[in-house]
Amino acid sequence: MRFKARHIFLMLSTLFLAYSFSIYLHPFGTSYDKRLNRELVSEGRLVWQKYNCQSCHQFYGLGGYLGPDLTNFMSAPGRGEPFLKAMVKSGIKQMPAFDLTDDEVHKLAEFLKATDLSGRADPRAFKTNNLGMIEQDEHK
Amino acid sequence: MLLTGLFFGVLAAVVYISPEFLKNSIGFNSLRPLHVSSALFWIFLGATGSVYNGVMIVTGQKVNNTIAIAQWILWMIAIIGIFISYFTKHFGGREYWEFDPVWALPIAVAWILFFVNFYKHIYKVRNWPVYMWMWFTGLVFFFFSFTENYLWLFPVFREHFVTDMTIQWKVNGSLVGAWNQLVYGTAFFLMDRITGTKAVGKNNLAFAMYFLGLFNLMFNWGHHIYTLPTDKYIRYIGYAVSMTEWIFFVKIIYNWKKSVSDIQKHYHYFPYRFIMASDFWVFINIGLASLLSIPAINIYTHGTHVTVAHAMGTTIGINSMILLAACFEFLKPGLYRDMKPTFRMNLNFWTLQICLIVLFLSLNIAGFKKGLWQLSENQSSYSMMMQSLQPYFIAFLFAGIGLLITFSVFGITLLRNVKSSLYS
Repeated sequence: MRFKARHIFLMLSTLFLAYSFSIYLHPFGTSYDKRLNRELVSEGRLVWQKYNCQSCHQFYGLGGYLGPDLTNFMSAPGRGEPFLKAMVKSGIKQMPAFDLTDDEVHKLAEFLKATDLSGRADPRAFKTNNLGMIEQDEHK
Repeated sequence: MLLTGLFFGVLAAVVYISPEFLKNSIGFNSLRPLHVSSALFWIFLGATGSVYNGVMIVTGQKVNNTIAIAQWILWMIAIIGIFISYFTKHFGGREYWEFDPVWALPIAVAWILFFVNFYKHIYKVRNWPVYMWMWFTGLVFFFFSFTENYLWLFPVFREHFVTDMTIQWKVNGSLVGAWNQLVYGTAFFLMDRITGTKAVGKNNLAFAMYFLGLFNLMFNWGHHIYTLPTDKYIRYIGYAVSMTEWIFFVKIIYNWKKSVSDIQKHYHYFPYRFIMASDFWVFINIGLASLLSIPAINIYTHGTHVTVAHAMGTTIGINSMILLAACFEFLKPGLYRDMKPTFRMNLNFWTLQICLIVLFLSLNIAGFKKGLWQLSENQSSYSMMMQSLQPYFIAFLFAGIGLLITFSVFGITLLRNVKSSLYS
């Protein structure tokens, strides 16, 4: 049993490594959206983590459950960087005021612009295909 | 760690009912990681103790005490550092690992020491039983995924949001699979020990289920990210592999009655009861997980408290039940193996199970209502929707308090037992 088990283990592990590296290499073969500043996006992600925004908020439904999903925050009506700045600095209801510098707010806004340009997170913007998989509905 | 996790979980649950609660002091953004990290550390450390005890029983040799103590010291350094950073709001990490990456170093080194101590004892053992393979797998893949968890330190990954999120949820999925291998391996070991045979550990079917579990650990995580605009093949692989969970589900139903009669013949009262409780929660949670893995259903539940119900159902209902079974088996076997159960302990056991059912149901109902809100064309505001879920959050809070009390009773009983054994 051990001999067979070892071979199955090694075979599956090799497949897993190949699959993992196919994902890691993805950024190296894609062109970058010219509307974004990649350095600011990268730094904005760190601001998001520094203030642990993920404890309450989500991207594509992944994250905390206390506050709303922020994937498409930047393109929502009446939102944008000035609104973001006012919101994080003053707080609202259960959300406390955060002491972000203007530079940090700017970086966070660029990161949220990147999440916004990646696609739509609203569950109403999806349809189910013949295989039972959900896909973005281009008409919504 | 378990009781600490429950304590901070109860405090965090209060925020859902009273939004201003502790807002300007510790705050929800510290309470949540305190709760989650404590729960995870309970599972990692509980699994570590269980694996060490299992290895010593299988090989008949003591593990290297110096390495084990060094490992324990590193964990203590990491835990104290992480808790201080949460209290002082020095974050920097990601969901479930919100601490500054510097605290990941002692954890990683402790894990390497764990692997060394484990492998130097078991490499001479021939024909590993299935639980040995599971422990080995859990150790290797935890380290791999834990390291992968820090790829975001390289800016190139942070610059590409979708790839970054894909890796983040690949890591989270595989890490859960890895610690499940450690904990389920312990369950298999206990079943062999309780029945007094090697029927489970050497069973071909057990090996088939182990490889199916390993396959899911590696490729199932894609079902977390159906809505993320990542490559299609990743989502389809996740979808296809997650459907194999139904095999576990059908197998559990098929084996249910048989496993009861096999184990009942041998009387390890609380280890047996906790293993049976975990069996029930495996049944419930795999049923739910299998449904959630169907994209057309997932769109209703994704991003809602149904996911929380699943996470808490598995960490409390399955992992914690198995680890408590291991605690009762390993900590002081002489006292508990033949101990006649008292009314108070039995009541506590059933109260715990009922509280967990209430917690599970309240979260599922709240999540389902949120799911309907997410898909409705005429949405009310987010705060109004959250307000409408208050009755379920209240039930959730009371169930959480019940769990804190009942787990505390078991925890205190075990600790008193350890203390009395030290002086006997």
